[in-house]
Amino acid sequence: MTATQPRGQIVTQFPMPLPAARGAASELALAILTGAREPRELVPIVDSAIASSPDVISDDDLQLTLFCLYELHYGGIIGADDALEWNAELIAARTLIETALEAALRERVVVPDAPEPQADAVSAALFELTAADTGPSLSRYIARKASFEEVQEFLVHRSIYTLKEADPHSWAVPRLSGRPKAALVEIQSDEYGEGRPHRMHSAIFAGTVRAAGLDSAYGTYVDLVPAITLASVNMMTMFGLHRRLRGAIVGHLAAFEMTSSIPNRFYGDGFRRLGFDSDATWYFDEHVEADAVHEQIAGRDLAGGLAEAEPELLNDILFGAAACLAVDGWAGEYLLSNWAEGESSLRHPLFEVVDA
Amino acid sequence: MGGADEVEIVAYPNGPFLVRGPISLTNPDGEELPRDRRTIALCRCGKSVIKPFCDGTHKIIGFRTEPEPRAD
Repeated sequence: MTATQPRGQIVTQFPMPLPAARGAASELALAILTGAREPRELVPIVDSAIASSPDVISDDDLQLTLFCLYELHYGGIIGADDALEWNAELIAARTLIETALEAALRERVVVPDAPEPQADAVSAALFELTAADTGPSLSRYIARKASFEEVQEFLVHRSIYTLKEADPHSWAVPRLSGRPKAALVEIQSDEYGEGRPHRMHSAIFAGTVRAAGLDSAYGTYVDLVPAITLASVNMMTMFGLHRRLRGAIVGHLAAFEMTSSIPNRFYGDGFRRLGFDSDATWYFDEHVEADAVHEQIAGRDLAGGLAEAEPELLNDILFGAAACLAVDGWAGEYLLSNWAEGESSLRHPLFEVVDA
Repeated sequence: MGGADEVEIVAYPNGPFLVRGPISLTNPDGEELPRDRRTIALCRCGKSVIKPFCDGTHKIIGFRTEPEPRAD
């Protein structure tokens, strides 16, 4: 524990800037959002983009399109008509990408054998699954070796989700009841600062972003991150927005929490090694303690409680957990493999944005 | 369930104690330890580096608890 608790700031976020297109589908989607084209035009273009895509998960054009359509349900996009959030033709286009994304995930993610649909067994299975996650470790690299420029890139990738941390899982609250609902709300309440906006995890993270000389306005860096970073966030939103997939969003949160406290200690070590002060590492230090609480509640009461209440969701709980580990593993691998080659993990150099 | 003043301590298998409710957490001199959240996890394996709070280290060291006795 730090002796003096940093105070933190209240962070108010605004609609994100309109991103740059990455292909035919996103170009059209952005034109539709700003009123230059008609929503009915999107389905056929998205359809052919999916048909010609070798891999929807790493497809920049499709992931950005989905990200922008989803953003209408979150904080909005500057210049986009808010009424398009529930436009049936945009939902139809979104559904095409979601169907392809879910199919790709179900094909590529290895789901463990199901235990008994009983809280003890489900929690134990999830802890076993997450402990066995032995991919290349981004957190260990950050702890020991990452340069200042690399941790800036790390924060840029993380900013896409973490500046709205916890929001995708909140979609699940009205879809649950009883024990799993109480468990989710207990976790989310802590994520949102328990009534203290300056302690909201997204606000604490914004402090870390600023300490690294970066812009903490939501969505500033969307243009810089690759498809896999967007896919990791899109997957959460897809799981959260579909009641059918409530097992998957619950499993996702459980795996996310179970792979958080120890990596966050390493992230904090890396930032301290690079000279960041305790205000800047507060986000990571906070998560060491918070997620040691959350992982227990998420494993046993949320995921285990849901499996007991709705045993038919057990396989999706495990799928959501395994998908979290797989996709976040691919995203981490993307960073590490670029850095190993001496390359940036971003699509454009960061300084062009910082200097702008 | 009891009212808001009721304290609950839950022993999680192979993990920490989760504590809910209005407890006083102090050092031996009676000084309050910083407590940043309503629900806290107290270390049970002895290896946390943020004791008395849990930091997840029990997972690394393979800490195992005996099954808790059932009330009935």
